[in-house]
Amino acid sequence: MPGKLKVKIVAGRHLPVMDRASDLTDAFVEVKFGNTTFKTDVYLKSLNPQWNSEWFKFEVDDEDLQDEPLQITVLDHDTYSANDAIGKVYIDIDPLLYSEAATVISGWFPIYDTIHGIRGEINVVVKVDLFNDLNRFRQSSCGVKFFCTTSIPKCYRAVIIHGFVEELVVNEDPEYQWIDRIRTPRASNEARQRLISLMSGELQRKIGLKVLEMRGNAVVGYLQCFDLEGESGLVVRAIGTACTLDKLSSPAAFLPACNSPSKEMKEIPFNEDPNPNTHSSGPSTPLKNQTYSFSPSKSYSRQSSSSDTDLSLTPKTGMGSGSAGKEGGPFKALLRQQTQSALEQREFPFFTLTAFPPGFLVHVGGVVSARSVKLLDRIHNPDEPETRDAWWAEIRQEIKSHAKALGCHAVVGYSESTSICEEVCILSASGTAAVLNPRFLQDGTVEGCLEQRLEENLPTRCGFCHIPYDELNMPFPAHLTYCYNCRKQKVPDVLFTTIDLPTDATVIGKGCLIQARLCRLKKKAQAEANATAISNLLPFMEYEVHTQLMNKLKLKGMNALFGLRIQITVGENMLMGLASATGVYLAALPTPGGIQIAGKTPNDGSYEQHISHMQKKINDTIAKNKELYEISPPEISEEIIGSPIPEPRQRSRLLRSQSESSDEVTELDLSHGKKDAFVLEIDDTDAMEDVHSLLTDVPPPSGFYSCNTEIMPGINNWTSEIQMFTSVRVIRLSSLNLTNQALNKNFNDLCENLLKSLYFKLRSMIPCCLCHVNFTVSLPEDELIQVTVTAVAITFDKNQALQTTKTHVEKSLQRASTDNEELLQFPLELCSDSLSSHPLPPAKEHLESASSNSGIPAAQRDRCSSWIELIKLKAQTIRRGSIKTTVTVEKASPVGDGNFRNRSAPPCANSTVGVVKMTPLSFIPGAKITKYLGIINMFFIRETTSLREEGGVSGFLHAFIAEVFAMVRAHVAALGGNAVVSYIMKQCVFMENPNKNQAQCLINVSGDAVVFVRESDLEVVSTQQPTANCQSSCTEGEVTT
Amino acid sequence: MTSELDIFVGNTTLIDEDVYRLWLDGYSVTDAVALRVRSGILEQTGATAAVLQSDTMDHYRTFHMLERLLHAPPKLLHQLIFQIPPSRQALLIERYYAFDEAFVREVLGKKLSKGTKKDLDDISTKTGITLKSCRRQFDNFKRVFKVVEEMRGSLVDNIQQHFLLSDRLARDYAAIVFFANNRFETGKKKLQYLSFGDFAFCAELMIQNWTLGAVGEAPTVPDSQMDDMDMDLDKEFLQDLKELKVLVADKDLLDLHKSLVCTALRGKLGVFSEMEANFKNLSRGLVNVAAKLTHNKDVRDLFVDLVEKFVEPCRSDHWPLSDVRFFLNQYSASVHSLDGFRHQTLWDRYMGTLRGCLLRLYHD
Repeated sequence: MPGKLKVKIVAGRHLPVMDRASDLTDAFVEVKFGNTTFKTDVYLKSLNPQWNSEWFKFEVDDEDLQDEPLQITVLDHDTYSANDAIGKVYIDIDPLLYSEAATVISGWFPIYDTIHGIRGEINVVVKVDLFNDLNRFRQSSCGVKFFCTTSIPKCYRAVIIHGFVEELVVNEDPEYQWIDRIRTPRASNEARQRLISLMSGELQRKIGLKVLEMRGNAVVGYLQCFDLEGESGLVVRAIGTACTLDKLSSPAAFLPACNSPSKEMKEIPFNEDPNPNTHSSGPSTPLKNQTYSFSPSKSYSRQSSSSDTDLSLTPKTGMGSGSAGKEGGPFKALLRQQTQSALEQREFPFFTLTAFPPGFLVHVGGVVSARSVKLLDRIHNPDEPETRDAWWAEIRQEIKSHAKALGCHAVVGYSESTSICEEVCILSASGTAAVLNPRFLQDGTVEGCLEQRLEENLPTRCGFCHIPYDELNMPFPAHLTYCYNCRKQKVPDVLFTTIDLPTDATVIGKGCLIQARLCRLKKKAQAEANATAISNLLPFMEYEVHTQLMNKLKLKGMNALFGLRIQITVGENMLMGLASATGVYLAALPTPGGIQIAGKTPNDGSYEQHISHMQKKINDTIAKNKELYEISPPEISEEIIGSPIPEPRQRSRLLRSQSESSDEVTELDLSHGKKDAFVLEIDDTDAMEDVHSLLTDVPPPSGFYSCNTEIMPGINNWTSEIQMFTSVRVIRLSSLNLTNQALNKNFNDLCENLLKSLYFKLRSMIPCCLCHVNFTVSLPEDELIQVTVTAVAITFDKNQALQTTKTHVEKSLQRASTDNEELLQFPLELCSDSLSSHPLPPAKEHLESASSNSGIPAAQRDRCSSWIELIKLKAQTIRRGSIKTTVTVEKASPVGDGNFRNRSAPPCANSTVGVVKMTPLSFIPGAKITKYLGIINMFFIRETTSLREEGGVSGFLHAFIAEVFAMVRAHVAALGGNAVVSYIMKQCVFMENPNKNQAQCLINVSGDAVVFVRESDLEVVSTQQPTANCQSSCTEGEVTT
Repeated sequence: MTSELDIFVGNTTLIDEDVYRLWLDGYSVTDAVALRVRSGILEQTGATAAVLQSDTMDHYRTFHMLERLLHAPPKLLHQLIFQIPPSRQALLIERYYAFDEAFVREVLGKKLSKGTKKDLDDISTKTGITLKSCRRQFDNFKRVFKVVEEMRGSLVDNIQQHFLLSDRLARDYAAIVFFANNRFETGKKKLQYLSFGDFAFCAELMIQNWTLGAVGEAPTVPDSQMDDMDMDLDKEFLQDLKELKVLVADKDLLDLHKSLVCTALRGKLGVFSEMEANFKNLSRGLVNVAAKLTHNKDVRDLFVDLVEKFVEPCRSDHWPLSDVRFFLNQYSASVHSLDGFRHQTLWDRYMGTLRGCLLRLYHD
């Protein structure tokens, strides 16, 4: 079904000088979509060309619309030689294909060159007319919405959560094609960028088709990744959760402050079935251009007959523990039946979500994970659709059987990742085994189940902690007690999960970031031998990571981990393991026991003294941590709980598996055997080292908290200042005498120092919390370790939440009083009003006012910013030639009344660039997301052959990351948005060759572009609809009320 | 274990004011770290020296990247790479263009050329300001000079528009540009007691009254050809100043002038007798300064002459400032009563400014 894409090139600015002689540039623009190219006129001799082109029209299939990016190339015209490229802009037009996202893309885009970085900006307007509304979804999957957010997006309601969708496409990597030997690095980089853009478009379209077949209308928790497999190719794969979402028509329902819903929100509900035909017609259409695809598109409906037999063969990694109380009986059984029927139909009952609608999650079993080491096939044959897809299918199957073993039917918080080194690839998948409420999963049963659930609503607050498996038939020995909350059901002593803390969970005290870090040396080897060596190492690593996590958790006096993410990275001569999670004290779980230290040689007096000294230190640390994180559970005597507990011994067993390329499956049982898991035996220096490393973790300075989940358990009074950042560190190991110990210490120091640096850098935000701290480790070369951290710092109010409600009232009172004032003064009132409502120093307020209401005259802004505006105003008037400035009076009081009226008038377009917030979280504190504009998924390559001149590796990467941020912000702003939520830097591959003065970096980022409105503004602008564009909303904002 | 790469990039660019100042002052990373350690920041925050080093490096890198934009401040406002709140942008610009009093006194009135740039080494040694900082300040002067040199309209406005400086700073730059353009001598030993503020004050008066731009003073002629060139003194005016010579050349006129002034000031001046004795010398001095301004060389020596011919004689007689004010007021006003003198407006234009300057220059 065709559509018409219209593009207009308006102007350029800050272009680089391309002609040394004149210090100017003769720029023109090529606009390319698919195979059609248009050109603008050459705008002679200017660094700020005004092309003001006609509308270039492309008539294209909507399939192409989904796959292809719009490619804009800015060139310098040269009469005698070839035209020089200045740079490019790729625009993903997908957001224009949804019925309700952005309607136009318009704004300044940075012109990007893979060799020179950003070189000026170009103003572009893009529109799409889709013909024939009725049938427009038939061949493509236009209209399926994609969200990176791993929870139900804020202004939607989940009608049905259908389940797992996955797809992967492969291609040859242009960097490794023969042609790369003769083309320039720039051409090669651009070929790669373009290919990946194409592939992700195709992937998204195919996933969309699957969603339509499942009769869903959206993908939530969409995670797309690239595997750069080198010579064997380039894989782009994606997973997500198909849902049917319904746009909330009345925002008032969950935000009472906003008393009149905007027009926009009343838009067409999103749940209309886009294509009633597809589900019967099956996957015949998408196979059309399947040249790259390994994936049999039927996969989601394939029956999993093998899963049961697998269970005995494939070993499992169960990190949970617990048992089912008999009382669990009828309801649980019923649930299980229903869920079973709903989930059984799916090959993989997986959900990439990490937060759920209330009532969705019934029980949580524990973390399930599977890894597999594969040899990348040297000869790549795209016609053979087995390999990659089969590999993942195998792993997913394993995950599924692990979940089964834990008595669970579903896996939530599911994610997949790879680590590649030369031709060896580790595939990993992990998630949390869970029992789900079927009401969200099935179409017909919704109503009935809803009522049923409401009646039997008892286990909400602690229910998810209750064990889903059978007490008498436990998958592994564990220590069970009755739930400390309801005292009816059994709970495990610790709980590990990959999801966010459920909102209704009762937590005591605050949480904290817990990391386990580990390195293991490995001999360099080739192919099979290498893969075998890695496979042999993996179980030991996993075991140790687990032990470390457990010990650190105990040390913090906590009993549950959320958001657990274990990353195993493979390098030439080592393996690295990094596990991050947020520890909390769940009220429903028992108080964790301490850590006992036992020596091997008890007869030695001084040794014993040493041991007892260590023991004391550990006990002190636990006590200190309890105080620090405010963990003071109510004392409960054992008698109340008193009930037969099957095994009073604390034990933890770890089962794990990995398969290898040769498909041989080994089972390793690495349980602690008869030993008590939490007795640390110091029998050699290694163990000594372990204990030491336990104690070297320094808590964050006071006023700081950190977690890797969405929000910090125990803090709920967030203020609105946020700062997202990325920090990268690379260290070079001294290659001499590398031991595991030295390596561990280096790695540990690297991570700890990085955290310390972050705390120091962000000290001005105290009190604040680092949320969604995401560590990524890679081993770019033999002796290099690279750690990349992305997180967001959010300030919070120390004084408790009570205050926020108070200011709410005050605010509305103030508002009432200002209503009577005359219009001109109103904005001033508004300003002071919002200032008083936020207990922030004015300096902090600036960012806010600039972002959301910069049109409001800045009486409160300090002199500096106001004179900048004044100057701009003057500049304008001077240009217009209307006033000869004799302005001594004006100068004397730049904030004076004389120019007040004027200053509020100039359009923001002329002023500074609108602020775009970025955050890895799914929400923005103190604000309400009113609209999702579409997914941002961008891939950039940057290369340099003058590394020293660009400030070395640090200068190079610093500039590149800043540029990536800038391009993300520009795209969001062009869509009419003012923030990116669920932002993630999925890849940051950095390679350097200092001897050749060269470096290259690949970065892949994604997120959801949104429009948000400050809650404080919402109240004031209640009668006005929240405008898509922050700039227009601020210029008009003051007219209302 | 050595750190190969260490960066921090925020969505909102973090600006640490203290580090910015150290960077502007031209300290190396090592020195800056040492200074920060000395400031007690480690104790306050519990950070380690390594953290401080990494933090300082990071900020320095950011500033280095920002520097290119700071050279044309409007670019800083429109660029997309660094997201910086407006108040911070203003701070960055203002601080970048701020200068040291000690430094500006050294280069004020000098040609902003490569030759002067070579002398920066000496200035750096003499003032104790790092060479790097000297270079920045010098380059700032030069950059502003180049941009506004050929521009029409008010000097201060032009500077503000193109460099987004605060009013105060833009006026200072106007003075610097004005001095550099007219090459006023400010470095002589007898001028050392004068501060930059003294000169800037004089510059402003001179721009307002003695330049081409000042002629088209009527604010209602925006597109007049006359309202450019705030930088050059009005040549015609300087030429005309020769006419004032009659005030001292004509003996009758000089006597009459003296008697008018003496009559008016008798009993009001603490240093009346000294004034009476010195009147002719002082008057000759002031009028001769005016008459000589046709020569570029003498224009350059304007301040030297004023100090030599007026400030020093009065100071050696211990005139209090109030007496100087009385005298100058009466001295300029009395000319209006001289019937034989026809250049009243010229006199006012000259003396009005000169009186302001002299009063400012008259201190220890």
